[in-house]
Amino acid sequence: MKALRNIVDKIKPTFSKGGKLGFLHSTFDAFETFLFVPNTTTQHGAHVRDCNDIKRTMITVVVALIPCLLFGCYNTGLQVGLEGWLAFAYGLVRILPMIAVSYIVGLGIEFTVAQWRGHEVNEGFLVSGLLIPLVMPVSTPLWMVGIGTAFAVIFGKEIFGGTGMNVFNPAVLARAFVFFAYTPQMSGETVWYSTWKMFGATDAQTGATALEQLASKGEMQWSALDAFLGFIPGSFGETSTLAILIGAAILLYTGVASWKTMVSVFVGGLAMAYTFSLCGVGALSSQGVEPYMHLLVGGFAFGAVFMATDPVTSAQTSTGKYIVGFLTGAIAILIREVNPAYPEGMMLSILFMNALAPLVDYFVVEANIRRRKNRVKIAK
Amino acid sequence: MSKIIKLCKGLDIRLQGEAAMTIVNAPKASEYAVSPLDFEGVTPKMLVKVGDKVEAGSPLFFDKKRPEILFTSPVSGEVAAVNRGEKRKILSVVVAADAEIAYKQFSSLDLVKASREQIIDLLLESGLWTMFIQRPYGVVANPSDKPKAIFVSAFDSAPLAPNYDVALASSQLALQKGFDVLRRLTDGKVHLSYNAQGQKPEIEGVELHAFEGKHPAGNVGVQIHHIDPINKGEKVWTLNIQDVAIIGRFFLTGKVDMERVIAVAGSCVAEPKYYRVVAGASIESILGGKLSNEHARVISGNVLTGRNVGKEGFLGVNANQITVIPEGDEYELLGWAMPRFKKFSVSRAYFSWLMPWKKYNLDTNLNGGERAFVMNDLYEKYLPMDIYPMHLVKACLANDLDKMENLGIYEVVEEDLALCEFVCPSKIEIQQILRNGINTMIKEEE
Repeated sequence: MKALRNIVDKIKPTFSKGGKLGFLHSTFDAFETFLFVPNTTTQHGAHVRDCNDIKRTMITVVVALIPCLLFGCYNTGLQVGLEGWLAFAYGLVRILPMIAVSYIVGLGIEFTVAQWRGHEVNEGFLVSGLLIPLVMPVSTPLWMVGIGTAFAVIFGKEIFGGTGMNVFNPAVLARAFVFFAYTPQMSGETVWYSTWKMFGATDAQTGATALEQLASKGEMQWSALDAFLGFIPGSFGETSTLAILIGAAILLYTGVASWKTMVSVFVGGLAMAYTFSLCGVGALSSQGVEPYMHLLVGGFAFGAVFMATDPVTSAQTSTGKYIVGFLTGAIAILIREVNPAYPEGMMLSILFMNALAPLVDYFVVEANIRRRKNRVKIAK
Repeated sequence: MSKIIKLCKGLDIRLQGEAAMTIVNAPKASEYAVSPLDFEGVTPKMLVKVGDKVEAGSPLFFDKKRPEILFTSPVSGEVAAVNRGEKRKILSVVVAADAEIAYKQFSSLDLVKASREQIIDLLLESGLWTMFIQRPYGVVANPSDKPKAIFVSAFDSAPLAPNYDVALASSQLALQKGFDVLRRLTDGKVHLSYNAQGQKPEIEGVELHAFEGKHPAGNVGVQIHHIDPINKGEKVWTLNIQDVAIIGRFFLTGKVDMERVIAVAGSCVAEPKYYRVVAGASIESILGGKLSNEHARVISGNVLTGRNVGKEGFLGVNANQITVIPEGDEYELLGWAMPRFKKFSVSRAYFSWLMPWKKYNLDTNLNGGERAFVMNDLYEKYLPMDIYPMHLVKACLANDLDKMENLGIYEVVEEDLALCEFVCPSKIEIQQILRNGINTMIKEEE
């Protein structure tokens, strides 16, 4: 450790302001604080501080995403006819370039902007960079991942002032961007299967996703258990509800994600699904699809656990979290049921509630203000 | 018997080096100091020069905006130094103490017959008026105001704080006298809040309230919020309970006797215990040779709100404890990825929640870099008041006066939001931001 620290100390002046490579100080800083928690001590206010910081918080989310990532690798191979370790290796080779593109493009922009503003590099993209490949359909072209990431980071985050200031969740924004900008390539029956021929993968497979099948025929070719375990086509990380639940357990156990939001999304989704089911209307319900199936297919569970719970873009007050969470779930199901031509409602629902969350918070805070003002009236 | 007010939100940070409940007399210091930094919103103007002789209770400086507010010497002796900082700002006035303290004798007042004005005048003259802190804003109270009520907390819930039952065990008479004085100063009630798990105070003429909960349950601001919250335009006064005893002693004897019992605590103190000291004593006289770790930060007050005074500094005149903790100016390899069993976090991303009994040796490292607000819902959990701390802090950052008022700035001072600052993973200087916001409010009202 000492030797490493000495090396860092030796090259530090070069990258500090006024040094030869001083313009790279944010970048240097990012790597230095990654290696070493800085020796800064408290100057104002509380003399001791909690040892939690944004790095740890973000890394915890990344850890929670790993089950989805690993299962996604396996399932990608499985969907093109491979088995066992070969399937996993196939998927891994398939997704690594996407992850690399997402991180290189996203972090590249983050570092540049941090440099330009003279800020420290924020860790928020560590999560977004992994989320983006996981919500993309398996055969999304790499250039599309790159453009989607760039759009999400620049227009979703940096123009608002960076992590913590953003209105929309960058990963959902990237997904929505590629969906709407490249609709022909991003829909249809081929996009859910990898076309790469390696490790003995069979010829290109095609087929509708479980959700599309349910919406059109009222049934799917897989069992509910398969859907729960994740042996169905879909976006890379979203298929296995089981893997998502493991991630959810990590997030809730560590308290990094708010259980209030997460539970409310599921409650809202189920409430809406059961309402449709009772009335017997809606694309899926009218064909007798069980309400709980909504949680097993498509991106509902993944969105509920990893994206609706984003502390920055979700509601910022406790009461607001219940409301925003509930509506996120309810609207997602509403879209699925009412608009069968576009059955994946989760990303739209999250984006929509991201936009509405400040309004919900406004009313919650306004209620607090009113309580304070009423107190004056009573006192008089 | 009042019912117990239970607070669920909050946090007790368990630190090593709790003071043992034995009181010893600290050796007499050669120098004592009064620092204007211990009072918010005071612009000091000197009344003495270096070399002047003073008695205990003679004025040293006054507040430029309110000349009737005097700050007096805790001991007799010779003014040894006026320490100044940037822009000649007065940092402290040092008095080299006589071997035997000579007290300035004040006229004695019969509390029953004396008018409210006479009592206030005597408090102003003796310098004890500076113990009256006004809410909103946490500044020295304005003697011309008539407060809605006066609030005193009988316990301190901050980390390693002294137990006032121990500190004030022999001051019962003075304490009662002090509360008798307070009762004369308000038409409203005098509220005394005590720890439901401690002793019930035997004080007459006050409204007693029992509180139960983690820190900041002992903060008077939190207690006011639950007893009789401050509305716009209202003013209440608060005092520390040891100060009430000093005021009581003053009315009993006519002498400004600034002796109090403080807890000397923290992991760097070899034998943490209680010391009987005179306010403003040099740190050296109390801690000299008693530190187990020399690379330490000496805090006048507690780790959340105290002031870094250094080993050569002086005890704050209103401080009830000294906390000494290690400086954390060291790099930590990949610290954010480590289990960090020896550090404390409220987040379950670390493991301290598994060991709720464990006591920690925390240092002054910031444990990360400053970021924008990310974990937006965290702060509410550490403020047991019906206030949205993050929204209030953002209103302060934006200098939005209406919002600050609407979101409750009249009800809080820095100490109430100190825990929010402690837990903040974005390392935002919440207390500083809040004080700036309060100062903006004060400026606007002038």
